[in-house]
Amino acid sequence: MRSAEMSTLAPALAGPAPLRRRRPPLALGLASCLVALLLLLPLAFLLLEARQVGWGQLSALLFRQLTASLLWNMARLAAVVTVAAAAIGTLAAFLVERTDLPGRRVLGPLLLLPLAVPDFVIAFGWISLAPAVRGYWGAVLVMTMGLYPLVYLPVAASLRGADPSQEETARTLGQGPWRTFWHVTLRRARPTILAGCLLVSLALLAEYGAFEILGYQTFTTEIFTEFQVGFNAPAACALALVVVLIGLAVLVAEGALPERGRVGGAGALIGVSLGVPIGVIAFWMLQGGRSTLPASATVASAAGHTIAYSAAAAAIAVLMALPVALLAIRHPSPSVRLLERSTYIVQGLPGLVIALALVFFALHYLPSVYQTSSLLIGAYAMLFFPLAYVAIRASVLQAPVGLEEVARSLGRRPLAVRLRVTLPLVAPGLAAAFCLVFISAVTELTATLILVPTGVQTLATQFWAYTGNVSYGAAAPYAAAMVAISIVPAVLLGRWFDRRDLRRGRPS
Amino acid sequence: MSAISISDLHKSFREGPVLQGLELAVGKGSLTAILGRSGSGKTTLLRLIAGLERADRGRISLAGQVVDDGPRCVRPEARRVGYVPQDGALFPHLTVEQNIRFGVSRAGRRAGRVESLIRMVGMEGLGGRYPHQLSGGQQQRVALARALAIDPQLLLLDEPFSALDPALRAAVREEVGAILAATGITTLLVTHDQDEALSVADQVAVLRGGRVVQLGSPEQLYGDPVDLEMARFLGQANLVDGMVEGGVAHTPLGPMRLRWPRQAADHLSGPAIVLVRPEQITIAAGGSAGAPGRIVHTQFHGHDSVVVVASQLPQLPRIIRVRIWGASGWGRDAAVTLSASGEAQAWPRP
Repeated sequence: MRSAEMSTLAPALAGPAPLRRRRPPLALGLASCLVALLLLLPLAFLLLEARQVGWGQLSALLFRQLTASLLWNMARLAAVVTVAAAAIGTLAAFLVERTDLPGRRVLGPLLLLPLAVPDFVIAFGWISLAPAVRGYWGAVLVMTMGLYPLVYLPVAASLRGADPSQEETARTLGQGPWRTFWHVTLRRARPTILAGCLLVSLALLAEYGAFEILGYQTFTTEIFTEFQVGFNAPAACALALVVVLIGLAVLVAEGALPERGRVGGAGALIGVSLGVPIGVIAFWMLQGGRSTLPASATVASAAGHTIAYSAAAAAIAVLMALPVALLAIRHPSPSVRLLERSTYIVQGLPGLVIALALVFFALHYLPSVYQTSSLLIGAYAMLFFPLAYVAIRASVLQAPVGLEEVARSLGRRPLAVRLRVTLPLVAPGLAAAFCLVFISAVTELTATLILVPTGVQTLATQFWAYTGNVSYGAAAPYAAAMVAISIVPAVLLGRWFDRRDLRRGRPS
Repeated sequence: MSAISISDLHKSFREGPVLQGLELAVGKGSLTAILGRSGSGKTTLLRLIAGLERADRGRISLAGQVVDDGPRCVRPEARRVGYVPQDGALFPHLTVEQNIRFGVSRAGRRAGRVESLIRMVGMEGLGGRYPHQLSGGQQQRVALARALAIDPQLLLLDEPFSALDPALRAAVREEVGAILAATGITTLLVTHDQDEALSVADQVAVLRGGRVVQLGSPEQLYGDPVDLEMARFLGQANLVDGMVEGGVAHTPLGPMRLRWPRQAADHLSGPAIVLVRPEQITIAAGGSAGAPGRIVHTQFHGHDSVVVVASQLPQLPRIIRVRIWGASGWGRDAAVTLSASGEAQAWPRP
């Protein structure tokens, strides 16, 4: 009897068809592991190089006056800049989000402007206005002004998201406005403020251009000098190890903070990459002027290189982030979470360190790729992987499995479902991730200086060469080209965020 | 032939077993509510019928055709089962019209199926809107139209009204009920809301511990629960200690005849727990025959009132609920006497 019933089954049967697989597909798991391993490579290369150098030489390079003075320089800078940025950022967020200050609608976006300006350009701005802005206090001033939005943005976002009824309740309980601000608002915002401070520390650790201009010696400037000028790879490696240790410590501290929307941090990172300041460039464009430095690349050829490298890096970063995001969201498990976290490590590595690690690797093991564009593209893809990941993770969340299931129950085959439901929902996020990485790579300076193939100039390196020669007028067209190239993707990106907010703003 | 026939259905997840030998048969054209607490396996049952999960063991047949017998399983797209998940799951990138059109064949499109469905669920003129531009009730109606568009042999609704606010819920429930009645499609509706189950369904299947513990009409379930837990679960219940003798339960509220068609009432005798529904109790002034009590407060519902009475008698629960028509004339703290009439149900006291 049973077999008779089974025969009616046969025509519609078509192999196993589980939809919500408890186990991730093998290909997805493998691809994600590969990406995670790839992102750990810079760290591995650095350690390999350190082994090559040997502990004896390393300790001699590490335990000397220079390291101590660099640590002291970093510590005293970080201490003052984080506190100042926290104070300015928090106060500004409170004024914009929690008061009826006149003009706060205009003030909000204006407060974010420094994020759009690379810190080395801010440094230029100050130095060209007031040559006295140099050394420690110059660095404090420039970095505080450039980095306070990393506190302002997440705190403002959390204040906007938080129900003001807690503050109102405190007032009805007899607390004055100042006590309410101090005990309720500030207390609740504390983890967010701390997270912003850690972002500021990471940015300080990674910054090179601004410190070079201001003549303030830090790990990055010293590593750069040792490597590019002194050709002293062991010393650069030893200092890079210290930077990595500090960076990872900051990351661990961030992970230890109580859970909160990571959106703030992501938003800040995204803000950083939204282009170069039109005002400053326009100013230098108007100054005009000539440089005695011969142009080794026209704007057009430099732009061509910049676009090619950045687009390739963006495509690779998207391809790397997609499997990890799919795995993390659709097949969550403790081991998957560990894998996802391991990809965060790259956030603690400054671009300079990633570039150095790749150079070490190429020199020792794969000399054929040294000084080729593939190394630079790979460095961009790793460096900006976190940006791509943030955008793609958000877009995979836009396409829940439930929608695919409903589409299947409506009689559509798996391939049709992927084309008509999943792809249209994920595509905007993929495009956004591409744009984010692209814009960031276009304006990247430090890793580019180290890894750019010999004889090739990108917009950033040519800009740097001119500004290093104080030929601001000659440098300006290159910066203008960077802006022009960034504008289209930046506009696309802005539209993507608007649409996301629109969808999220409605109850589903 | 049953529209759905399920036998010995088993399903476990990593967290543990969910369905353990579930049996269910549903007649063609009926509206069956699957009622159970959260975590009782209601949604898993729907997903198995839709083909979105596979059974570990057991068999599911739809209109006589086996669609899942454990090792083999018909793909969801080949089942013609309309599935409306809890949140509606409208495709956010498609308009109302495109959502409904999604599963419609080319022939159906030419025959104007999409337009007639839009009319059926009352969404005329809103076909160009996107899901986020619709209210919760409108989204539910579009999700329903989209599921109906494939001309399903069976419709599965997973808590379709739970996301709506209470004021809207009753109205949408009525609209959906009317649409379903007009189409005559066999429907399974999952819910944890007993009012919803009792008011819309032809029959109700109560799920507990991965099995159907009782299947019957709403009247049967309310009047004749299979066990004490069912009695407590469905509707308000006063559980009173009593003595059963010769088919009559003697309680402080007075004697009540036992109604127990399932088991011979005569077999039960001795100490028992007696189920007395609130509408079976009447309130009289203090000093009359019955159990003494004191009015705690009255919940006025307009058409009726539930009077909460405190009692000191050890055989009675501390709080007794009494349902009376219209307004209650009893003031707070009034001394009253309670008595019950009609048929009751009893279970042996452990």
